[in-house]
Amino acid sequence: MTARPETVRVAGGQGFWGDWLEAPYRQVTGGPVDYLMMDYLAEVTMSILQKQKSRDAKRGYATDFVTQMERILPTVVARGIKVTANAGGVNPRACANAVADVARKLGFGGKLTIGIVTGDDLLGRLDGLLARGHDLKNLDTGRPLKDVRDRVLSANAYLGAAPVALALQRGAHVVITGRVTDTGLTLGPLMHAFGWASDAWDQIAAGTVAGHIIECGAQCSGGNCLRDWSTIPDMAHVGYPIVEARRDGTFDLVKHPGTGGRIDVASVTEQLVYEMGDPHDYITPDGVADFTTIQLKQVGKDRVQVSGIKGKPATDKLKVSIAYFYGYKAIGTLVYAWPDALAKARAADHILRQRLKDLGLNFEAIHTEFLGADATHGPIALQNVDVANIPEVQLRVGVRAREEAPVDRFTREIAPLILNGPPSVTGFAGGRPKPEEIVAYWPALIDKTMVQPTVELISA
Amino acid sequence: MRLVDLAHARSGDKGDTANIGLIALRPRDYPLLVRQVTAARVARHFKGMITGTVERFELPNLNALNFLLHGALDGGGTISLKTDAQGKVFSTALLRMEIERR
Repeated sequence: MTARPETVRVAGGQGFWGDWLEAPYRQVTGGPVDYLMMDYLAEVTMSILQKQKSRDAKRGYATDFVTQMERILPTVVARGIKVTANAGGVNPRACANAVADVARKLGFGGKLTIGIVTGDDLLGRLDGLLARGHDLKNLDTGRPLKDVRDRVLSANAYLGAAPVALALQRGAHVVITGRVTDTGLTLGPLMHAFGWASDAWDQIAAGTVAGHIIECGAQCSGGNCLRDWSTIPDMAHVGYPIVEARRDGTFDLVKHPGTGGRIDVASVTEQLVYEMGDPHDYITPDGVADFTTIQLKQVGKDRVQVSGIKGKPATDKLKVSIAYFYGYKAIGTLVYAWPDALAKARAADHILRQRLKDLGLNFEAIHTEFLGADATHGPIALQNVDVANIPEVQLRVGVRAREEAPVDRFTREIAPLILNGPPSVTGFAGGRPKPEEIVAYWPALIDKTMVQPTVELISA
Repeated sequence: MRLVDLAHARSGDKGDTANIGLIALRPRDYPLLVRQVTAARVARHFKGMITGTVERFELPNLNALNFLLHGALDGGGTISLKTDAQGKVFSTALLRMEIERR
């Protein structure tokens, strides 16, 4: 048995599918790291990938990950860095095969073991589960899944860190998963490296908090940081975060030397509270972390120590993310200029709504915003503002319906306002808006015993 | 004075709920936030923008308060027709609140 390390460095490489393409390469080349974790899956991503897979059995995963691996594999192999990513989407095996192809092309045939984590995909099992009394009630509305069963596009349980750790233990250099939690991609390596037991609740919670901090990439190292934002240096070369973890569960948050951005108590705190629910119970498949126990301390430049984290036992449920077809929406915009820009935009909205009403169109919702005035901050925004002198306002009207026809008709009612509505109007070069399909999200819970995570290995 | 002079904040979403993490700029101002930025006051502040209730949680270890604003996002996620469908800038809307220095 190899000796356990004193510290382990896990680098965050992608905060979502679409994050900075330069970040993973900079993370593996900018200084020492042991693991690179990359998060690719948002809630609706799975349904898009499921659609791709239904058209082509070889698709259904985050293709950008394969491109990234091609770029970083030479460094990763040379330095012995291991990679964890939920880029497998609804087809982790196809993703692993694509990475294996790239590895062989680069001359690493026989030198790379890829771990594949599956078992999260419940789409093919839904009817069986419903028949056996798992009604997969919507966590927000309480409605049973059978209400929308015929419109379901994807259904995936959130797996935790355990199968990721197992794949690493069995020798995987790259672990590709389906719907594994963002935090599990960081906790898995730490459980493996330090030999943490799956019921060492404080350490499990600490690894989960570490994962939460780096799962959004640079959002903990200066990105989107409100405090003193204009003084955060060299954001063009922002350093993505690295967890430097110790066996006892304490860790430091750092970034590579010479990179931009900032890691301080403020930047880390902003990320800790991001998307937070009840801070006493941050629930993952692996355990429950108590965010009210987290202690932060600046211990060096761009180095924050995180300690004190307490955990509680895992629940007996897993969260299930279900995507289903909901309906259609469209958004139309026009820009009105000074003087009385807001009054003109309001008049145009009034006229548009009257015309939609006259047409007898049936919408579930019509939503109007005035960008430049109150779109983001609502009525609070216009207190103490000289409304008549706002330089310009974008009228933005959105509609939503279960059927496509009324939404399509709405898209033809925007342009006429240019000639038959209020004056000083422009900004319609984009043409008629297009009706868009809405794929909605249905969160539910399932008994853990119904989901069996599976790990397999392939060799490049 | 306004809250923006006492605190910084970040917000995000969970379904149709927006969360706002409000963090004291100076630890000594945290008790002031606890006293004045109550759930009831935040609900009044966002009147007309949310359809549900407001919950508040205290994190003295981070000098922070966490607010959950239910029914804030027109259904949330892909259903929402709002520009800020993910509640990203509810944070700075809260920072407009007037605070009494006492």
